[in-house]
Amino acid sequence: MTMKQEKKRIYLRAALGLIALLAVLLALDNLSFVPSMLLTVLRKGAIYALVAVSMNLLNGFTGLFSLGQAGFMLLGAYTYAILTIPAASQKSIYQRYANGGIGFSIPELLSKPLGGFGLLLGVIFCLILAGCIAALFAFLIGLPVLKLKSDYLAIATLGFAEIIRAAVVYEGFGPLTNGSNLLYGFTSFSNFNITLGGFTLHLETVMPFLFSGICIAIILLLINSTYGRAFKAIRDDEIAAEAMGINLASHKRMSFIISSFFAGISGAMLAMYQASVQATTFKSSMTYEILLIVVIGGIGSVSGSIIASFLFIASSEWLLRFLDNETWIGGFRVPLLRSGFRMVVFSVIIMAVVLFFRKGIMGDRELFQKKPASAAKAAKKEVRSK
Amino acid sequence: MAAKFLPYLLAGISVGGQYALIAIGYTMVYGILRLINFAHGDIFTVAGFLMVYATASLPLTVSIPLVIAATVLLGIAVEKVAYKPLRTAPRMSVMISAIGMSYLLQNLMWYVTGGLAKQYPALPWISDTVTVLGCQTKRVTVITPFLVIVLVAALVTLIQKTKIGMAMRAASRDFETAQLMGIKINNVISFTFAVGSFLAAIGSMMYFSNYTAVTPTVGAMPGLKAFVAAVFGGIGSIPGAVIGGFLIGICESLIKGAGATTFSDAFTFALLIVVLAVKPTGLFSENLTEKV
Repeated sequence: MTMKQEKKRIYLRAALGLIALLAVLLALDNLSFVPSMLLTVLRKGAIYALVAVSMNLLNGFTGLFSLGQAGFMLLGAYTYAILTIPAASQKSIYQRYANGGIGFSIPELLSKPLGGFGLLLGVIFCLILAGCIAALFAFLIGLPVLKLKSDYLAIATLGFAEIIRAAVVYEGFGPLTNGSNLLYGFTSFSNFNITLGGFTLHLETVMPFLFSGICIAIILLLINSTYGRAFKAIRDDEIAAEAMGINLASHKRMSFIISSFFAGISGAMLAMYQASVQATTFKSSMTYEILLIVVIGGIGSVSGSIIASFLFIASSEWLLRFLDNETWIGGFRVPLLRSGFRMVVFSVIIMAVVLFFRKGIMGDRELFQKKPASAAKAAKKEVRSK
Repeated sequence: MAAKFLPYLLAGISVGGQYALIAIGYTMVYGILRLINFAHGDIFTVAGFLMVYATASLPLTVSIPLVIAATVLLGIAVEKVAYKPLRTAPRMSVMISAIGMSYLLQNLMWYVTGGLAKQYPALPWISDTVTVLGCQTKRVTVITPFLVIVLVAALVTLIQKTKIGMAMRAASRDFETAQLMGIKINNVISFTFAVGSFLAAIGSMMYFSNYTAVTPTVGAMPGLKAFVAAVFGGIGSIPGAVIGGFLIGICESLIKGAGATTFSDAFTFALLIVVLAVKPTGLFSENLTEKV
């Protein structure tokens, strides 16, 4: 079988897998007995999976330790929200600012002539634009920052995320960002539900998976391309990579911009999921959480990041919830259980992973990964020499 | 004009002194382990909470030394738990461990306190109101810079004149060689964390006497700013950290005074970028380090 045929088969399988997954989700979305918590976990998990993979692209595959993810998510979320708030409700949302809002809404403009398809088109356009704004800022920030090494890069990007967060709530930008107030009322995932004569087809879980799935597929294609190999070479040894003719500066910049682009999209999707945006939610602790997801999944493993984000969201939103509630067994009050204990247990688990299982769930392997040819050969040789 | 800015200048000097005390902890740890101790800002916050709880039941004469001792022990414990097992691990793992530790401490504080802001106790004498050059302020504002200078002088003497200080200098110059020369590196590191936490505890007393609301995440920002101060002064250099701390505190406070409160945090990080771009070794760095 030639390489091309094999590649074709892999893509076909991936596409079929994604479609099957979406079909299952569609069923989950519309069956009434499915616990709503499961749907919450799936939706949020899909969004976190995208941002974790985008961080992994930077930290795990290119070896650039950046902590700016929350800032880029914030840019994406705000861009998306500003562009999609319906023109009619802008006046009441921006009530503190006389000329608040942009006066139009892209999905609205497109859905008038095109109906539901226009809405989808508008949302996709706004998502891409959200990513582009994040990417643009990444380009600007990257100019001075990407020269820095490991921990300095981390602090500088963390600082930039904080600057962005402070700038967004600045009164001067109020007419655009609504200052420190909420932005809400924009197109969210529930707007995609299709109502046909009394019956509503829910798509609230399908859409985030669809968007995330496409984005992650693009990142995967990138990682497996020559660019991806160049990124890995930079991670493994900068000097050797440079000697091989890889342009360090341009590849680092590219990785940073692409990662931020997808962080921006995931920020916009988070806004869609939450149905409201406020700058205070995009704190540095958000970046830390995403970083810890990447670490738990395995630095340098896309499938690891995806698994870890669902695990992380499931345990923090759902499975460990009982730790937060006071529990009585007969007359005995179970000690320690009260509000906040969940996060303590959670961070202890994370510390245990960081200290004792440094490779995370997947290490740097992937799910469904074929053994590389060279490794198989080496294994054969070893057998022969025995 | 001067009368308008004087209160901000005074506040800036005071908060700068507090940044300086925290920054010393960063700079000393970084000097030896090449590690940004992300949990340092949280240790500072824990010291604040400990004080709140200690003074609730104990007299001040007992609670102050108790809080300092507990903070020092916490600093040592954090090192033993989170950093010591990773001595030979890649730098990124240690940094992730530091972030994890910070996350753990914050969540732990949230759990213990219930997430509510606690009122820091008013310490007698230093929380009193005094009038300096016609503007009212707390006495802590006035004494902080002097206290910082005294503590730094003591610390510099310790590092220059004593045996453990010599061991610390040796370890920060060359970790492996120092080990080969028979320096018990783990003791030196523990001692470094102890000194850093001690200064953080003092800093927290000064800081929270001014800003009396203690919340689990209150230390994150001063922590990051103190780190910037350490970088600005040249990481590994104690006088550098002190000057950096004062400078950042004063600038930040004056920016607030000029009415641009939103950008006072932004200034600090912009300064970090500029310093790293223009003079990556900082103001007072002794030897070249690999930051850029």
